[in-house]
Amino acid sequence: MSDKRIMNAPAIALDDFVEGVVDVYPAKAAKKRRKHIVVRDPAEKQRIEANERTIPGIISQRGCCYAGCKGVVIGPIGDMVHIVHGPVGCSYYSWLSRRNLFRPRADGQNYMQYCFTTDMEEKDIIFGGEKKLKAAIQEAYDIFKPKAISVLATCPVGLIGDDINSVSKEMSEKLGIQIIPFSCEGYKGVSQSAGHHIANNNLFKFVIGQDDIEQKEHTINILGEYNTGGDTWEIERVLNRCGINVLSVFTGDGSYSEMRQSHMADVNLLMCHRSVNYIADMMETKFGIPWIKVNFIGIKSMAKSLKKIARFYDDPKLTERVEKVIEEEVAKAEEGIARYIPRLKGKTVILFVGGSRAHHYQGLFRDLGMVPIVAGYEFAHRDDYEGREVLPDIKVIADNRNIEDLTVERDPERYNPRKDDETLKRLKEEEVIDTYHGMWEDMGRGTMAIDDVSHKELGMLIKKLKPDMVCSGIKDKYVIEKFGVPSKQLHNYDYSGPFAGFRGAVNFAKDLDMLIHNPVWKLTTPPWKKKPVLKADLTVST
Amino acid sequence: MLSMTPKEITERKALRINPAKTCQPIGAMYAALGIHSCLPHSHGSQGCYAYHRSHLTRHFREPVMASTSSFTEGASVFGGAPNLRQALKNIFQIYDPDVVAVHTTCLSETIGDDLPSIIKKAKDDGIIPDGKWVIHTNTPSYVGSHVTGFSNMVRGIVDYFSQSMGETKDRINVIPGYVEPSDMREIKRMTEEMGVKSLVFPDTSDVLDTPQTAQYAMYPKGGVTIETLCSTGDSKATLALGPFASEQAAKAMETKCNVPFQVLDLPIGVSATDRFVQAIMDVTGKEVPESMEYERGRLMDIMTDMQHHLLNKEVAVFGDPDHLISLCEFLINMGMRPKYVITGTPGKRFDLRIKGILKDWAPNAIVKSDADIFYLHQLIKNDPVDLIIGNTYGKYVAHAEDIPIVRFGFPILDRVGHSYFPTVGYRGGMYLLTNIANTILERKDRDDPDEFFELIM
Repeated sequence: MSDKRIMNAPAIALDDFVEGVVDVYPAKAAKKRRKHIVVRDPAEKQRIEANERTIPGIISQRGCCYAGCKGVVIGPIGDMVHIVHGPVGCSYYSWLSRRNLFRPRADGQNYMQYCFTTDMEEKDIIFGGEKKLKAAIQEAYDIFKPKAISVLATCPVGLIGDDINSVSKEMSEKLGIQIIPFSCEGYKGVSQSAGHHIANNNLFKFVIGQDDIEQKEHTINILGEYNTGGDTWEIERVLNRCGINVLSVFTGDGSYSEMRQSHMADVNLLMCHRSVNYIADMMETKFGIPWIKVNFIGIKSMAKSLKKIARFYDDPKLTERVEKVIEEEVAKAEEGIARYIPRLKGKTVILFVGGSRAHHYQGLFRDLGMVPIVAGYEFAHRDDYEGREVLPDIKVIADNRNIEDLTVERDPERYNPRKDDETLKRLKEEEVIDTYHGMWEDMGRGTMAIDDVSHKELGMLIKKLKPDMVCSGIKDKYVIEKFGVPSKQLHNYDYSGPFAGFRGAVNFAKDLDMLIHNPVWKLTTPPWKKKPVLKADLTVST
Repeated sequence: MLSMTPKEITERKALRINPAKTCQPIGAMYAALGIHSCLPHSHGSQGCYAYHRSHLTRHFREPVMASTSSFTEGASVFGGAPNLRQALKNIFQIYDPDVVAVHTTCLSETIGDDLPSIIKKAKDDGIIPDGKWVIHTNTPSYVGSHVTGFSNMVRGIVDYFSQSMGETKDRINVIPGYVEPSDMREIKRMTEEMGVKSLVFPDTSDVLDTPQTAQYAMYPKGGVTIETLCSTGDSKATLALGPFASEQAAKAMETKCNVPFQVLDLPIGVSATDRFVQAIMDVTGKEVPESMEYERGRLMDIMTDMQHHLLNKEVAVFGDPDHLISLCEFLINMGMRPKYVITGTPGKRFDLRIKGILKDWAPNAIVKSDADIFYLHQLIKNDPVDLIIGNTYGKYVAHAEDIPIVRFGFPILDRVGHSYFPTVGYRGGMYLLTNIANTILERKDRDDPDEFFELIM
């Protein structure tokens, strides 16, 4: 790990800098924001405030509950019809705006390019929208004959009291297909995170464990992987080479039919801890499926994650195969990135993204010799920073109290422990399963974590720390670049990818090299403004 | 691609599929960005402003700044006034805009937050600093479309700012409609070229097409200043371009400040631009300079030069009403035949207006407001066209049916140029026509077998 941290930048006294950042706010807001900024000192037990209300008027990156439910988790399921119950906008903005690639399966069902909404009008708000919702479900059924339909609520639906649960139930009975309601009104919770939870709950209630199939050897689910730019497919390629079968993915390249069978897997691989950890926990309780926290971003992280999977299986043949794949793939990937390392080495990076990627990508940056100096999440909880050890200490804030925590019990027929108790205990102790230490473990002394970063803070960081690159999303991208600093979007990958897995690492290195060394950055100032003003007198002196 | 779409068209009363519109607040946000040093503010939950900022950013590839009242469940039950008050306090201290332009959302409209009284109370309580403005408009997302939202915010601008000092000045107001920064810039240039002093508002040029200088400014140089906006009440006339986006504000201006107005079509294409120029002449008594007649002549020249490639080409167009009205007329001017004309924005007068334009040259065209792209796709499946003109969402239909597409309107998320090169005015006509002609020729080159592949076209 490189040691070039902010601390070493001589001009920056970090604590003064942090105080300076929060000083721009009115006193009350400053006090709150201060708790969301931590200068890392691994020797101390540190705490960061997260999953708290964004203060009104502070421009942050966050979206809403609906965005977390439909946009993040439910939207990528490609073989279902997703009807958004509300005025047109919510459905419209989440239509193809995330790059969740999807390939139809043998049944040909593919609704990824479609946007379905009840397009509520004033009369629906006044007189109620249930009738329109019913009619919309009927019309969708008549036109498409889908296997299943989801109904997603937007803000006004909850306010006017449309009962999407009973409408869905009634129509489900009438049509003989599953219709799954998600009460993910935008005002719920404090960010997208509430929506993840609601999506998890209903996928668990309605979809998971519905279709028993024969259990195959070495079969896993991937949870919290959304197939941005084809990430899922690169991960699957490597797993398949190792002899590991992917049963279902939540929810990148996601298939409703496959998710119904997901309880037949040996183990869940958990990528995005924030958005799908609920399902991982619930599946473990109900079906006895443990989970392994993996990070498939970066060469070393990918290799480490594969080794963890091999340790879980503890099958010499599989282990041997995994080792061989790692050896070959790592060698190839390292060869692929070698030419870029001298060009990227030592470059500093700030990254603000999601609930996992700000952690996951740090490893990949280090593979490339780059130095993450500041990182933060948009909608994560404390455990995503500090590790699941802090879970018992986290109090549920008032804004999240109405997000249901499902009570889950063992399934009397389907519960089937994947290992004996002793082995499970050992695997847990060895931190192979059911463990996540959060972003902290990868952030060394003198780096900084900022939760729910604001536009103002981002600007100050760029001006003071002069990073070589900032990774964020579309709303920040052109702000960052107008500062003259290259920005790589880590939500949508700037329409590139895959970046996961071994091949992804090489793609990423290539993209960063292009971006940082693009000749255009040297041209932003016209030549006449760069040179000192020459005051030579052009008249002929006599 | 869109492989689930059946050819058979069935009537739908409740299900909207692949909309050709979006909701009001994004239009209000866009209009507010056309005021200098203005922070648009979304009075609703965070998702609204996040979506609107993201979408506008994708379209313009520029920073799009706005703030939100960040409603939670509590605010949704007890009302959003405390959130807005807190937001205003923070905004003025942290971001220091001259204007905060508040628009509502379906959430705050449904619970019935009363913005004028919240704003008044904030002013009385000293939350709004002296010399700063907080304006508002109501943009319930369940009425109309993004165009309605734009129209409402422009009306809000008039309601709050426009004043009449009683002395009519020798200048005109131009409300440019829901068009690109490039278009607003071009409209200003045209009036200047004619020697007319004009106040164009809103004006997003130099806000959403700012230069890359490696120096970020939260409030770029562009946008109409408060001073200018206040003085619009003394102009001798208002030209409102595009009835759907601009008429409302022009009417409000007349009522408030007694400034007469004319509603014109967006000056897209030769005839609509002629009417715009004529209106300026009529109102100001100015003559058209030779330079502008030359511009017009050059557009006419391309139209005649390329006619053999354009004549009788059948076109499907979709998008916003004001744009489509002028576009259809332009296509007819060139001997092309609009076959399907679809907007998502509701409004029967759209259907009537378009049918009037098409009656001689394309009397059998299917024209529909309050429709969607799914329906358009089904029409094309049943009877194809030579060309599609519409926003980026049309590319899926184009790809599925193997039909060339020209991107035009809002939003354009996958190409560059729209915010820099205008489609209004004679010059804009040249750009639009070049796009149309080259797209058709590109397609011909792609399709022609070797022996028909031609050097000169």
